[in-house]
Amino acid sequence: MQTDRLLTGVLRAGAVLAALVMLLILCFLLLESWPVLTGLSVFRFLTDASWHPLEGAYNLMPMLAGTLLASIGALILAVPLGIASALFIVFFAPLHLASIYKRLIELLAGIPSVVFGFWGLTTLAPLIGEWQPPGASLLAGVLVLTLMILPMITITAYTALAAVPKELLQNASALGLSRWGTVRGVALPAARTGITAGVILAAARALGETMAVLMVAGNVVQYPESVFDPVRTLAANIALEMAYAMGDHRSVLFVSGLLLMLLVMVLSAMAGLLEKRRYA
Amino acid sequence: MTIDTNAFTLGPLEAGPPCCEPQTVIQVRNLSLHYESQAALDNVSLDIYKGCITALIGPSGCGKTSFLSAINRMTDLIPGCSVDGRILVDNEDIHHPKTDVQSLRRRIGMVFQKPTPFPLSIRRNLALPLNEHGVTQTKEVIVIIKKALQDVGLWDEVCDRLDAPALSLSGGQQQRLCIARALALNPEILLMDEPCSALDPIASGVVEDLICRLQGRYTIVIVTHNLAQARRIANYAAFFWVRERTGQLVEFGRCRHIFESPRDALTAAYVNGNRG
Repeated sequence: MQTDRLLTGVLRAGAVLAALVMLLILCFLLLESWPVLTGLSVFRFLTDASWHPLEGAYNLMPMLAGTLLASIGALILAVPLGIASALFIVFFAPLHLASIYKRLIELLAGIPSVVFGFWGLTTLAPLIGEWQPPGASLLAGVLVLTLMILPMITITAYTALAAVPKELLQNASALGLSRWGTVRGVALPAARTGITAGVILAAARALGETMAVLMVAGNVVQYPESVFDPVRTLAANIALEMAYAMGDHRSVLFVSGLLLMLLVMVLSAMAGLLEKRRYA
Repeated sequence: MTIDTNAFTLGPLEAGPPCCEPQTVIQVRNLSLHYESQAALDNVSLDIYKGCITALIGPSGCGKTSFLSAINRMTDLIPGCSVDGRILVDNEDIHHPKTDVQSLRRRIGMVFQKPTPFPLSIRRNLALPLNEHGVTQTKEVIVIIKKALQDVGLWDEVCDRLDAPALSLSGGQQQRLCIARALALNPEILLMDEPCSALDPIASGVVEDLICRLQGRYTIVIVTHNLAQARRIANYAAFFWVRERTGQLVEFGRCRHIFESPRDALTAAYVNGNRG
């Protein structure tokens, strides 16, 4: 009884603390970006001629486009690959191969992003450059991001698929379903929630990833015309300019941070909606 | 050849017309089953008759479920499980390398102890296996679904919410849905592994009545721990016993004989509640 109350207290305090930190960060972002949010018209982030913060031109749209394109590109590659890898481990691989493969993926998940960036900078970008100069490009950013979020999607999808109750699979087999029929008809629908959660996490990570993308994407503020054009993402922009930004410029960088956070929030709200619509 | 039809007037239906001719559908010969090196079943031979309900009774661990899963080769899915001996279904050896396991399992449906609808809608639960077996025309699928749900007495309860999640049904309804799912494939044989033991008494009664209604149309092999239930519904009964962790068939015969005048002393002790 006594310990129960104590435990409840401790857990509640932990939960409040976590929520509070999140709230404080949001407040801090709002506070820092307040001067431009009230002083300048918000539409200037959309309609200014370009991003020349020192001359007072604050168009964030090309960088928002760069961020979204890099993330979406990475998701397009990583989601099918990740789910396929997870299916391979759980349903198709021989036992010994499955465990080796899983270790490999876990190892991939543990590589720091700066190392991916370094590899991209020294190997991947020059390789693309030989084919389609300059090399440091949206494509390089997409590929590096793909490698980074692939293990995340694979591991979460694996966990979700491995947690599908054995009885369900047994029932599916007893009904004469083929292995692929079982996977498609029963296992994937049963694991959908977990897989979706993993994809959302991965998307959030891709949106916010700074270092690796900064190192390979070329960082030119522009709407890319092809995947071989360099782009700059919002996160990379913050990292590049924070050191010398002052006044309105500094505030606008916080606005772009706020924008990133908003994107992630929209993403998780979408996930919530999807979940509700599932059986509606 | 003269057949003494009286001899085959079965179990509790004695007053009514004979439910089935003793026509063998499944012939089990010298079936032994091992998990790794541990024998689970030793040298079982018996015949399952067409259209009849055969109950497998006996204490836990006596190999009833192993026996049942050998018939539709669910034993294939258990790592380290090996099966010796022969099982003939309609005179075809099901362990023959050319046997198509998927179509075998279509012909031999199985219902498990725990109701396990797929986490899909009610309609999709029934449509999925049909689609998988090549029935893809929407009209045809709907007709089959309706018929299967009517057969299990679920149609009136769910006809206005076929697209609701199957998991929103009650336990008894879920189990009947699972039976409907097996029936939709139009099997000849139904294997049931304690289909009532996870249900409350009322739901259990509904499922039991359902099984009785299916008698004659399907050949049913049912594992049950509920002796009273076996006695109520079965035409034939097979009594298994476990010796040194290995299951054996002790006695097989008409249900009434097993319960009222068993040949083996062990059977008598078990059905009278003195052993097991």
